[in-house]
Amino acid sequence: MGSWELAGRQITSRLITGTGGATSLDVMSKVLKSSGSQVTTVAMRRVGGYALGGGSLLDVIRAAGAEVLPNTAGCHTAAEALLTARLAREALETDWVKLEVVADDITLLPDPVELLEAARALVADGFTVLPYTNDDPVLALHLERAGCAAVMPLGAPIGSGLGIRNPHNIAMICQQAGVPVILDAGIGTASDAALAMELGCDGVLVASAITRAADPEAMATAMRLAVEAGRAAREAGRIERRWHAALASSPAEGLITP
Amino acid sequence: MNVTINGEPREVPAGTTVEQLVRQVTTQDKGIAAALNGEVLPRRAWSARALADLDQVEVVTAVQGG
Repeated sequence: MGSWELAGRQITSRLITGTGGATSLDVMSKVLKSSGSQVTTVAMRRVGGYALGGGSLLDVIRAAGAEVLPNTAGCHTAAEALLTARLAREALETDWVKLEVVADDITLLPDPVELLEAARALVADGFTVLPYTNDDPVLALHLERAGCAAVMPLGAPIGSGLGIRNPHNIAMICQQAGVPVILDAGIGTASDAALAMELGCDGVLVASAITRAADPEAMATAMRLAVEAGRAAREAGRIERRWHAALASSPAEGLITP
Repeated sequence: MNVTINGEPREVPAGTTVEQLVRQVTTQDKGIAAALNGEVLPRRAWSARALADLDQVEVVTAVQGG
């Protein structure tokens, strides 16, 4: 599988992982290795909390050879996202940010107004902005015009495992985008990740579907293979869908008569 | 002098620096950042910056997250 470019960086793996949900650093380490993921997300929180974090988390990620991509999860306003991104840049020495600005804590759906405002401000402040967005082709275009380095539409709400609810919208976003499209959120199992790639996505971001699977390490392998298979199928060019009649692949001539 | 760190009120002597306050809540050296009253305060400025009454400090690090 050939490499692709994300914000000027050459990456071979098209599977981006999220560290959320892993039950231990050991599990996370195994997941990173099995997934082949070269970019993995972290959240920013006050020190001394109960979540797995701190220096040991970063050590595990770096030992696996992955880049850290901080997110702004938990932010509801552009102002909150700006401060979180700036703290992440200071703490982790990266100007990449997975921008999340959600409307509420029930649906965790992106708030398009706050998201766009935050994206513009962060781009102006020199960040490489990778926004988690709705599966809305119009909003995706606005984010691209705002200077985002990619757009990351959801397949379904975060952690829902419902797959890609509107494949037509995802295909439209892919068709019109001039920046990479990364399907983010909603993946439940390997076929969802393969579908995202078949629809034209450049990459897939998976967190819960791997870390909360019964066997996270094995699911990480499944997701890696699914992303590769989906990409290969996209490049191979699938056959037309024929809704009204079958098309035999065996010759219609030379049939045997008893 | 009354200040807040990560949402918790604390009483500190006058002249206490941001660095000294941060060290009350973590020994972590790498991968942390602090904000003073809503603005990032670069690490190199912590030891020179004396706190003022009612200052609010946030100290954060990376944790697991999607």
